[in-house]
Amino acid sequence: MTAVSDVVVEEPIKESIRITDSTLRDGSHAMAHRFSEEQVRAVVHALDLSGVEVIEVTHGDGLGGSSFNYGFSLVDDIKLVAAAVDEAKRARIAVLMLPGLGTVRDLKQAHEAGASVARIATHCTEADVSRQHFKAARELGMETVGFLMLSHRATPSKLAEQARIMVDAGAECVYVVDSAGAMVLGDAQERVQSVINEISRDAQVGFHGHQNLSMGVANSVLAYQAGARQVDGALLALGAGAGNSPTEVLAATFERLGVPTGVDVQAALAAAEEIVKPMVPRIPHMDRSSIVQGYAGVYSSFLLHAERAGVRYGVPAHEILQRVGELGYVGGQEDMIIDIALQLAQERDMGDLAAAGVR
Amino acid sequence: MTKATAAIVGPGNIGTDLLAKLQASENVDVRWMIGVDPESDGLARARARGVETSHEGVDWLLAQDELPDLVFEATSAYAHRANAPRFEEAGIQAIDLTPAAIGPFVCPPVNLDVNVNAMNVNMITCGGQATIPIVSAVSSIVPVEYAEIVASISSRSAGPGTRANIDEFTETTSHAIEVVGKATRGKAIIILNPVDPPMIMRDTVFCSIPPDCDRDAIAASIHDMVAKVQEYVPGYTLRADPQFDDPREIWNGYARVAVFLEVLGAGDYLPTYAGNLDIITAAAARVGDLMALAKTGVTA
Repeated sequence: MTAVSDVVVEEPIKESIRITDSTLRDGSHAMAHRFSEEQVRAVVHALDLSGVEVIEVTHGDGLGGSSFNYGFSLVDDIKLVAAAVDEAKRARIAVLMLPGLGTVRDLKQAHEAGASVARIATHCTEADVSRQHFKAARELGMETVGFLMLSHRATPSKLAEQARIMVDAGAECVYVVDSAGAMVLGDAQERVQSVINEISRDAQVGFHGHQNLSMGVANSVLAYQAGARQVDGALLALGAGAGNSPTEVLAATFERLGVPTGVDVQAALAAAEEIVKPMVPRIPHMDRSSIVQGYAGVYSSFLLHAERAGVRYGVPAHEILQRVGELGYVGGQEDMIIDIALQLAQERDMGDLAAAGVR
Repeated sequence: MTKATAAIVGPGNIGTDLLAKLQASENVDVRWMIGVDPESDGLARARARGVETSHEGVDWLLAQDELPDLVFEATSAYAHRANAPRFEEAGIQAIDLTPAAIGPFVCPPVNLDVNVNAMNVNMITCGGQATIPIVSAVSSIVPVEYAEIVASISSRSAGPGTRANIDEFTETTSHAIEVVGKATRGKAIIILNPVDPPMIMRDTVFCSIPPDCDRDAIAASIHDMVAKVQEYVPGYTLRADPQFDDPREIWNGYARVAVFLEVLGAGDYLPTYAGNLDIITAAAARVGDLMALAKTGVTA
């Protein structure tokens, strides 16, 4: 019999996690979609040096997102994708697309420009609109990732059912996407667990977090512990709402946990501090409006649109966002922000009249 | 007065709602509902409404001694591509509610007058019927370099056909914004929202307009157009007055008008929130009505 004290306890080698950096996609929201080609090259160069394997480059709302409704890109998506592909020596370039907004035609153009990972996003209950896009992406030979947006709005079992639809359509990984930064710890872990139970034999599971309630990194760790093997980050948290899980914090945290990411922490810190920080007009942070987004479950990209509508119609942005949450609007319905601002302005004017004694 | 006779091919939700609308028409007499499944609920519903039905498809319809003047096709693009030449050969005017797009795109208040005698017309898409009248209202006053529409519909009103090929919606609608709405460039976006209770169809139209133009004339044109659509879709309303924004550099120096619409369905057969389905059946019924008038020739 061997005494317990004789056994050398070796730390088991932990499974690695892949960090996809979305500074140049989700971060596009925070930049009002005004990234220049030069900026894209600089960020890709720094990320590539740090060891990030996949870099997402697209308008914040994905291919075809350049529009009145979501904001026009300074530089065409396809041009930026081509520049990123040209700049990257090791990393592969991903693109996002939302069916109903972008089309297979856009995906083909991105593929021709050198993108090799297709991330197809739907609202968390509408996965079946993505079938034709997964099929096309697989036919193009692209790696495929499904994105179930606003995942907090579906129960864990519903989410698993929707993830299955994406896997059957051709997704090689499905992300639980906390677009509103609304999930608090267990909310994320339960959903990731449920999706893993359904699809892990056929596909990987990922997690995309936002910082609206400051849970992005913690939720990513919980997702890893539940079995997720891909997470998203953005340098300096550059993303919609209060921003994404910061790539540099994910790299540092996972390293402390002994989980290999392939990302060099010092290089990621330098990329955030020296490359991204000087180009960002406003670093995303947890302010009143973005916290309301997490609290009320509002799509993070609505933030700047609500601020603009707030200024245009003289109503508070956080009130607009609160109402967006109450009405259950989903990603893509940015036009409803103006509609709500008009309603709030009308209610205010009626209130002013009532206060003045008009009946 | 003689009514024009009509058949509806495709006894699904759209076909059934269309039947309810056409049965209120003073100019169209729907005599036949055609399907391919003897167990079809839609055929049973049509029989209950006093319409002769067959589950033997278009073959049966075309073998009858008496042929309809008009046929409404609410099946699939695939089926309509096969049927369209046969209808034309038989001298039957076809109103196509599928995405087949064999005939010209028609939006009643915009271009039905020039297509009223066409042998085949296509009803575009639900979002197209809701938004192209507004694009046209603006482009009739000022040049519209770019028009963009966002259609938000309840998830429950998006059928399997739409879901399997959502690109068809965006591409067809974008194209029709250009050829019917007369914008130089068109873009269409569709969003499905699962909220419960279901949201009523909403449509937003953005048009670029010249920096200096008569905004009052544009607004008046939009209000006139809304009234025209209301003649056949009573639940078609503006949520607010048209919103004008000053020129911006990122809009290539253009100004913008934004129009916010709600489409409440009539609830003939489909639920009222499904304004997207209602507006396409209402537009098809309107086309049938005016084609029938042109045929029966009440030219006094």
